[in-house]
Amino acid sequence: MNLSLFKTSLLAVAATLACSAQAAELKIGVAEALSGGAAQYGAAIRNGFQLAAEQINAAGGINGDKIQLVIEDEQGKKEEAINVFKKLLFQDKVLMVFGPTLSNSAQAADPIAQASKTVVFGTSNTADGITSIGDYVFRNSVTEADVLPETLKMAIRKGNIKKVAVLYGNDDVFTKSGYDNFKKALADLNLPVTTTETFAKGDVDFKAQLTKIKAGNPDAIVLSALIAEGAPIMVQARQLGLNIPFIGGNGMNSVKVFDLAKDKSDGLYVGSPWSIENQTETNRKFVVAYTSKFKMAPDQFAAQAYDALHIATQALKTVKLSGNLAADRTALRDALPAVKWTGATGAFQFRRASDKAGKPAGYDAQQAAIVSVTQSGRFVIQK
Amino acid sequence: MLEQQLVNALSLGSVYALFALGFTLIFGVLGVVNLSHGAVFMVGAYAALQVINHFGVPLWAGLLFAFLLCGLLGLAIDFLVLKPLRARNAPHLIPMIATIGVGIAINSAMQGLFGAENLRFPAGTVSEESLTLGGLHLTALELGIVLLSFVLMGALMLALKRTQLGRAMRAIAESPKAAYLLGINVEGLFYLTSFAAAGLGGLAGVLIGLYSNALFPLMGQPMLHKGIAVIILGGLGDVRGAMLGGLFLGLAEVLSIAYVGSDMRDAVAFGFLFLVLLLRPKGLFGSLQERKV
Repeated sequence: MNLSLFKTSLLAVAATLACSAQAAELKIGVAEALSGGAAQYGAAIRNGFQLAAEQINAAGGINGDKIQLVIEDEQGKKEEAINVFKKLLFQDKVLMVFGPTLSNSAQAADPIAQASKTVVFGTSNTADGITSIGDYVFRNSVTEADVLPETLKMAIRKGNIKKVAVLYGNDDVFTKSGYDNFKKALADLNLPVTTTETFAKGDVDFKAQLTKIKAGNPDAIVLSALIAEGAPIMVQARQLGLNIPFIGGNGMNSVKVFDLAKDKSDGLYVGSPWSIENQTETNRKFVVAYTSKFKMAPDQFAAQAYDALHIATQALKTVKLSGNLAADRTALRDALPAVKWTGATGAFQFRRASDKAGKPAGYDAQQAAIVSVTQSGRFVIQK
Repeated sequence: MLEQQLVNALSLGSVYALFALGFTLIFGVLGVVNLSHGAVFMVGAYAALQVINHFGVPLWAGLLFAFLLCGLLGLAIDFLVLKPLRARNAPHLIPMIATIGVGIAINSAMQGLFGAENLRFPAGTVSEESLTLGGLHLTALELGIVLLSFVLMGALMLALKRTQLGRAMRAIAESPKAAYLLGINVEGLFYLTSFAAAGLGGLAGVLIGLYSNALFPLMGQPMLHKGIAVIILGGLGDVRGAMLGGLFLGLAEVLSIAYVGSDMRDAVAFGFLFLVLLLRPKGLFGSLQERKV
């Protein structure tokens, strides 16, 4: 009994070995947070990669070679991201690495890829400074610094806005940094600000701030908040008879706003690199394929991962692989910056970033944001 | 603008007072700063949300359910945590720290059961439209919270002053041992107080959840911090003090936003609180505290 089990497992091992020897496979590392607090993002990202790999392989792969994803869980932690990167780079000997999920982890792990001259490609890192790590660092995630000015411009044009009030959460890193980006964009656009008001996490009443805002008679309210406070703010503004548009940061870009603010959710402008309502051919196909494979609707993170693998594929198609890992990794790095791709998130190309000393470093995303406004319980794309 | 801000202050102050009433009642009778009150408050909101969502019951039934469930929860906390500590004559700090643990356990359990995301009551549970009176905006719910907090305060004061039960409670507040020797059922009244105070906390949770439209497992924590300030300001254990302290904090917050700037809100509001305590170290109505000492 034991012996036969041993034989079977030997056979299985042999079969696996034979299989991998036959087909030429391009090993690509995927390091995402599949457990822990960031798992909901990491799982969507993994799904996006799996869908893209399946479709690319089914269509004949890359110059006849198949993509093999090596997926590892970095748990959304810096230490774990470093471990996983080392495993992928030195043990699995992947051509390039996608990930990690969080900007914090990217700050810690990306330098390892840079040092071993291997492309690291983030699909969800939006913090400043990631791509200044070095010239092997790429990302297709659009930062708030890029999105918010576009949201503002669109809202100003559509809503005929001459002056705004600003309201933000000042005890949260994310909403505070959203405010900083808004502040800069408002200054660049020379838009007068009637008053700047703040609130704290867990507040239930915003009427004092809103009453003050109302007295300044602005045309719109710029709002950097998470949904827990943002939705009640919208409701209470309407209750005070303050029926002007809201211009929201990334924290407000969620369908949760319809659940929480219900019939008071109209008139909120938000910008995003991707929208499920975007009816381009590529995006529609992506949404349908994703929904049928995973039995749920995709989100922005899935779409960005899906596009990222396609972008890397375009570069790989132009590279003639030599079999020498170091040479192939560098060749891929040299081919990537020229890629232009129109995917689920729309037209995309890379933009050179610079490091702290101002010298050219990695590559950021150059992509138009999709600005939507809420109307009767859905996001309507503005053009 | 000032008139509207005063209306805002009244409704925000009543929100704080509503939370603080049950909080201060426990301290007044049991002598325990019950730091799980914020978690009980949250359970009340979730309990009402569940019965309204699943059984489509009207709001009053949701409120009643939240009151009863939270009351039982308060009873359980008293029986399982506070009573054993009383029996062992634990010093004052111990039950307070134990209730921190209870609060964390309840918060985590609710997060495990219902997830960390924000929920809200279905639209139309209560009208969200404003009543406009001479240019002032006030929702029916705000009006309800203001009235209810005054009515509850009045009822609690009357019960404590005029009924036999209230007299017994006040006797316990002075000295549980003496009350026991007089033949008062001390343990029974401790249970009753825990039940009533937690039930009131649950009621507050439902109403404030309706008001803020965002229910999440940690919603009680910021309220707890404000509540501590309110009952200290009012004089620990005093029902009138909780009401006035709530209104005072609401007014201080709203006026500092209106005339100083929202960045300075907590600095101004708590600066005021500090000043009041400098002048009256026992709070506005610190008599109970005085007698305890």
